[in-house]
Formats: sequence, structure tokens, C-alpha cells
Amino acid sequence: MSIHWYPYIRSALIVFLGLMSVCAHAQLNIEIFGGGASRIPIAIVPFAEENKLQQSITPVIGADLQRTGLFKLVDPAGLSPHAPVEVVYSDWMNRGANALVIGRIVSLPGNQVEIQFRLMDVAKKSQLTGLAITVPVTQLRAAAHRIADVIYEALTGDVGVFSTRIAYVIKRGNKYALQVADADGYNAQSIIEYTEPIISPAWSPDGNQLAYVSFENKKPIVYVQTLSTRERRAVASFKGSNSAPAWSPDGKKLAVVLTGQGGSQIFLINADGSGLQRLSKSSGIDTEPNFSPDGRSIIFTSDRGGSPQIYRMPITSSESSNAERLTFEGSYNVSPDFSQDGKSFTFIHRNNSQFNVAVQEIGSRQMQILTNSKFDESPSFAPNGKMILYATEVNGHGILSAVSRDGQTRQHLSVQTGDIREPAWGPLPKWK
Amino acid sequence: MRKLLGVSLIVLLSACASQTTQPEVEDLAGGAGTGSGLGGSDLMGSGSGRPGYFSQLQDPNSILSQRSVFYDYDSYTVTSEYRELVLSHAKFLRDHADASVILQGNTDDRGSREYNLALGQRRADSVRNMMTLSGARDGQIESVSLGEEKPRALGQGESTWSQNRRTDIIYRGE
Repeated sequence: MSIHWYPYIRSALIVFLGLMSVCAHAQLNIEIFGGGASRIPIAIVPFAEENKLQQSITPVIGADLQRTGLFKLVDPAGLSPHAPVEVVYSDWMNRGANALVIGRIVSLPGNQVEIQFRLMDVAKKSQLTGLAITVPVTQLRAAAHRIADVIYEALTGDVGVFSTRIAYVIKRGNKYALQVADADGYNAQSIIEYTEPIISPAWSPDGNQLAYVSFENKKPIVYVQTLSTRERRAVASFKGSNSAPAWSPDGKKLAVVLTGQGGSQIFLINADGSGLQRLSKSSGIDTEPNFSPDGRSIIFTSDRGGSPQIYRMPITSSESSNAERLTFEGSYNVSPDFSQDGKSFTFIHRNNSQFNVAVQEIGSRQMQILTNSKFDESPSFAPNGKMILYATEVNGHGILSAVSRDGQTRQHLSVQTGDIREPAWGPLPKWK
Repeated sequence: MRKLLGVSLIVLLSACASQTTQPEVEDLAGGAGTGSGLGGSDLMGSGSGRPGYFSQLQDPNSILSQRSVFYDYDSYTVTSEYRELVLSHAKFLRDHADASVILQGNTDDRGSREYNLALGQRRADSVRNMMTLSGARDGQIESVSLGEEKPRALGQGESTWSQNRRTDIIYRGE
């Protein structure tokens, strides 16, 4: 995939395109609830020649932007500019659009296409940004996600996460599959399939490997698997249970939970399975470690105070029983995951009989409950800190859901069949 | 309605995990508990396959054929109801130095999977501690947890959950 900036103006034929229908082969259905009050109204005109592609581009861009809860899609029906000279800004002002996306597809030899797109500022009557991307026709969705990232970044100032991937476990019948999919749920691929449970997938910081816990040998064992080669190795297979892998930010070590020395306690181990070192020392349960982005401390779940709560302890060269308790509201706070700026963490808070996604600022200790469902599990921050992916239950089925950091927008990502659980949002791609 | 899952006793194979291939799963549900009428005989396995003491373990008239310890809600204490069962297995291990068990702790499905794994471990450890205090050797026992991942009963409600708050005693090689 090559990219070059495309700031110059070029006249073009006017091509009238109908509205693209959303891909009928969606593996995940997206339902959006709520939405912020001040959403950016944006019109996305189907790109010229887009209808000749096997995979439309603009519906993918629109769905990406809409899922954030920060955008309102303005219907472009009846208008179809593809170049700046064709834009009549007053038309778009009348429809209430602040931003306008236009573009065209140019077919190239060798099953490649060039996608040219421009983001126009309607009020200023000028181009905000533009891009031309050349991709093989097999990567049209990926190209659409990159365009959505560029639009998102230009209009919000935050990093876009539409080109990231997610991992999760899907159970169908008695089969368990660890799958990796695009952040919008498409292009799902099984990394490994078993008739025994798999839990706790964790992305390596470079996005090339997944650590997870498999029960294939009648007890939990921690594996690390390389996505490109499918090669895997057991990194923690000690006597007793081995679970809850978490990567250090440099990707060299994993925090794991072992029971061989009594209780469930947190250890550090090199990613190749060497150099075991005990971290926590308590008479209670210490589990679900998660590294701070600077790699200097972990947050984890412990019941040392009588109920499961979230604690923080520094990473030191010797085991320690000292940890600072972070959560105080309620009697059940578990599954912490740091935001990438290290200023807050998301976790599951039991609220009466409900298990809900919550966030808490490290500094102010302010807790905010973001969901109102019954059985939420396994929350993980998007790499830009703006969304939280989690598992929840609808009609007895496990599905993936995402909620915005402010709790304003929620969306279900649901597959037709099977129980989905244990989601983990992957890191930004390397080119970001 | 969700159906009740049959119980399958599973032999723990000490074989290492192969790469990405599906491991073989030994399902001995049909074989377990069908006593062979040799109860009480105490033959040590002498290179001829299964040690003879398995017949004693599987004699339905023997308490040793009972392999599950159940718990109260949010508890990992072995109640008096299961004390004799655990002590009988401890005595068996003490008397049969070559026998070994894996203790699998289980929980109901409410809450975090990893935290439940730790709670299940506590249940298995409680049985292990009772066994080692009664003369079984540490090396004969591995206590592990399956957390909420391998429920015996599916669904919601106390009758389901109580089935899943459990430690299973599984003899290696059985």
C-alpha cells in the first residue's frame, strides 16, 4: 500500500452514483445507541467509479466515523461532486454539513486501484486534507479505514483507530476459536481452534503476537503465538494454574499469574519462557495484572482487603507485599486495563447485581460507570483512549460491545451465531 | 432452556502440547464408575497397563468412587459433608505412593473469568491442603483451576451454580 498526498486540483468527469448499499456479508452487525449532543455533521459522497469495485469504500468510511459517536452523517442524495470545482458549498451548508468528503477511484493495471479523496471544510470553502492511496483490490476495506483515520484525525485532532485489529474468543457449539478481526469486526480469522476453552488473549505491543490461556491440557497454560506464522510456544506451564498474561510495554516480558508457590500470585517471565521472577506476595488472590504504559508499575485485582479490588504496585527486582489500593466504591472491582496515556483505567464494577464497565482517573480517583447492562466482562481501551471494547450478554448470548470513554455512545458488534467473549483491542499499526 | 451437560471424566495426559493441532481428548465418561467387582484388591501396577487399584477407586460401593466436593456460595471451605470423602482419598494416596491426582477447582459463571479462575484454584487448594495434612505427599497432588470455563451445569440460578462450585478429584492414568 503506498500513499502520497494529493493536494492539487484536477478537473474530472462528473459521475452520478447512487447511494452505496452496505456490504451484505457483514459478519458483525453494528447497532448504535445514544450519541453525543455535539456531533460533527459530515456528508460523504460516494466516490466516482466506486460502484465498479467489489467492495464499496464510502459506506465503510461512514460506518467507521459513525461508530465513534462523534459524527452525524448528512445524506448526500442528489448531489455528487467528485472534485473541488464541482462542489457547490451553499448546497452543503443548506443541508447542515460542516465537512464534506469527495473522491474518485482510478483503476490501475495489475488489479490495483488508486483512491483519491479530499476532505472539504464547507464553511471555509476549502480543502482540509486529501490523500491518494494505491492498493490491491483485495485491500479496499483497509484503504477505507485509513481514509476514515485521516478524516477523524483532521476533524478531532485525535489518533484514529479504524486500522487497528481486535482479538476475541468465539464459542460455537463445543468449539472455541481465538479470532482476530478488523476493529469493525470484518475480516475475522481464526488463530487457533480447540474443543477446550481459551481465555485472556493479550496483544504484544507490536501487534505481531498474542498471549492467551488455553485449557487444552486439562489445566490453564499460557501460550504465545505469532500471528503471521501461527507458530506458538508455552511460556508458562508450571505446576498448578498458569493464567492472566499481560505484556510489558517493551514486549520483552509478560506478567502472568501462577499458583505453584501457593495462592494465585503475579510473576514476571521473559517472553521466551525464561527468567521467572515473583512480583506480588500476599496471602490472598492477586490476578489480572496490566502494565502501566511507562512499564514501571502494574495494576491488578486482589482480594487482600477482603473483597476483590484494584491495586497498583511498582515493578521492582524483588517480590513485594506493598500495593496501593485504587478502588473503594462497591465490593467487586476487577479486570483493570490502563488507558494509553496512563491517566485512567477501565474495569468491571459490580453495581448491585449488575456487572458494568467503569473508568477511573488515577489522579482524582473519580469513578464513572459507563454501561447499564447485566453481565459486562473484559474491558479494554482503544489505543487512542476514546473507546472501550468489552463483552456483554444479550438474550443469553455473549456479544462484543463498545462504549465511548464518556459513556455517551454504545454499540453492539454481534455475530449471527456463537458466543463471543474475552475481547482485546490491539495496538496501533506500526505506520501510525 | 439450556441442557445439562453430561459429566466426562477426563484422563490427564502428561504429553506436552503439540503445536497448533487439536489435542486428543480422552473421554472416559462411559468407563468411569462401572465397578469391576474387584473392590478391595490392591494390586500395584507392574508394567501391565492400568494399576489394579483403579478397580478400588471405581467401586461404586466405595466412597473413593465419589470424586466431587461441592461448596457453599462464595466459599472455598470443605464442609463437614465432604470431609470423609476427602480424607478417604488422602488415605488412599498415603497408602499408594505411586498414585497421583489432579484436583480441578470450578466456579459458577458470575464475574471475571480470571478472578473466577483464582477462586477455583482456592477450592482445589483447600482440598489439597486437607489431603496433605492427612498424609498425602505434595508430589502426588496437583491442584489447578478451570474457573468458570468447564461448567457441569449450564444456565442461571442457584441449582445450576451450586453444581459448578466444585472440586473434582481425578486420578492420573485412570
